Amino acid sequence: MDDLGIKELWLDDLLEDDFDPEAEDGTPSKELMTINMGPQHPSTHGVLRLVVTLSGEEVVKCIPDIGYLHTGVEKTAESKTYNQALTLTDRTDYLNPLINNLGFSLAVEKLLNITDQIPARAQVARVLLCELQRLSSHLVWLGTHAMDLGAQSTFLYGMREREMILDIFEMCSGVRMMTSYIMPGGLYADLPKGFEEAVAKFIKYFKKIWPEYGALLTKSELWYERTKGIAVLTPEQALGYGVTGPCLRACGIKYDVRKMFPYSGYETYDFEVPTATKGDVYDRFTVRMQEVEQTVRLIEQALQKLPSGEWQVSDRKIAPPKKWEIATNMESLIHHFKLFTEGFKPAPGEVYSRVESARGELAYFMVSDGSNKPMRMHIRAPSFTNLQAMPITLEGKAMFADIIAAIGSIDIILGEVDR
Amino acid sequence: METEPALIDPQRFPDVRTSDFRAADGTPTYIVPAAKVVEILRYLRDVERFTMLEDVTAIDWYPKEPRFQVVYNLLSIERQKVIRIKVDLPAQNPTIATVTNLWPGANWYEREVFDLFGINFEGHPDLRRIELPEDWDGHPLRRDYPVTGPRRANLPANWIRVEGRSGSPQ
Repeated sequence: MDDLGIKELWLDDLLEDDFDPEAEDGTPSKELMTINMGPQHPSTHGVLRLVVTLSGEEVVKCIPDIGYLHTGVEKTAESKTYNQALTLTDRTDYLNPLINNLGFSLAVEKLLNITDQIPARAQVARVLLCELQRLSSHLVWLGTHAMDLGAQSTFLYGMREREMILDIFEMCSGVRMMTSYIMPGGLYADLPKGFEEAVAKFIKYFKKIWPEYGALLTKSELWYERTKGIAVLTPEQALGYGVTGPCLRACGIKYDVRKMFPYSGYETYDFEVPTATKGDVYDRFTVRMQEVEQTVRLIEQALQKLPSGEWQVSDRKIAPPKKWEIATNMESLIHHFKLFTEGFKPAPGEVYSRVESARGELAYFMVSDGSNKPMRMHIRAPSFTNLQAMPITLEGKAMFADIIAAIGSIDIILGEVDR
Repeated sequence: METEPALIDPQRFPDVRTSDFRAADGTPTYIVPAAKVVEILRYLRDVERFTMLEDVTAIDWYPKEPRFQVVYNLLSIERQKVIRIKVDLPAQNPTIATVTNLWPGANWYEREVFDLFGINFEGHPDLRRIELPEDWDGHPLRRDYPVTGPRRANLPANWIRVEGRSGSPQ
């Protein structure tokens, strides 16, 4: 290659005046470089774009640019009846559809003032399904987070177990992910035959396999190197930015909606809220790992509690009548027709209803003007707030590769960030 | 929750009134004049210990007047309490002071309200569109903005006639 002069050209470039090489005494260059990361990058868990300014390898500034997955869910919901708008909530946080369904349903039930009428079977089934959903979401988080940091096998194991949970959801609702199974007034249908056996079998298997997950990561020196002391969030910062969920609990603040504002009978279950102290990537990891164990406890309790009986409210203006009722009763036929053409009409009012999703406090702010469509449906998305706090954990104290660890540790879903 | 004393002292803040719109979740709701919102939110944060700003959003009551309402949901983790503050804003040039100096997390929420409702936040450090492209026209969450989008809405009613397809002009 020497005869083409390539080597000389390289050297000439380096010796140009505007190039700022390391000084002779070895201090690094002060020149800043701004690079674009995403939106199409596998480690950003969706379509997150970051504009990162670097000094050498240190992060000086990190500006998230969101909106690539904006689908206008809040606007669309204004032109749908309540039961139609339910299907939109599946698609916001797509790893968490059942908890989204529950958040929406609780808000609508409060607007309809039927919160105390939900039958016991529906209440317990909701808790059971939501905890299964939390488990599956944490498995995906663990797999992708570990894969970002170089541990590929965890991803395969996580996806394998998640698929078993999705099979259980498919049993119930007919679909793996976009379930729309929890509806205002109870459930979409009764739990299928063999559901309890399937869950019990899965939990038995999962409890046996779960210690392997931790061992895969925590017995590796590399894992500690990549996570400890990285992207530290202080409690003051977390409160100022409205961070919730495992990210907040990793800073030592014990806020869990299931404990503070219990819904669906969470106050009757025995479970702990795991916390940590340092608020770094490793603490968020340990908090979620302990949360998985608490989730398994909750599923076991719910499985023992699950009563038989009705699974939706008896008011046929809210819950659709059953097939045999329609076949034998004229009034039920009218109810069915009215419900699916017009829907129900909550009295005018507003509601802000919280649930604990796998990522933090998910809330639905809904306003009814007395018509059959929500006048305003606002989703308080935990990923949105948690992502906003990410740059301050990085700027001035992290290396470029730590950004990947930080994104994985806050566990964002861009469908929910952009809505 | 209803029998508890008012969270905002009516003698200290005489122009704050309780909302008469039904709050189905039982959250105490107050309507605050736009000029006083920063003062009252600072009081709630520092004196009443509502340390977390959960959410900032807005409601468009078109065609009623005052048209817009900005809604703040606050949470006190230590007191296990919630409160909702609402601010009425007119249809013409709706402007309100930013609360980003109280809670840095209000930044993106206010950008979102600006983007989707067109409400200006005075003193905001970085008031740009957040969800939509920078050159987007209009504010989609306003009630008079068509669900189908401005382009579809402005086309002639019978413009879609593709062979073999049933066009559904909106």
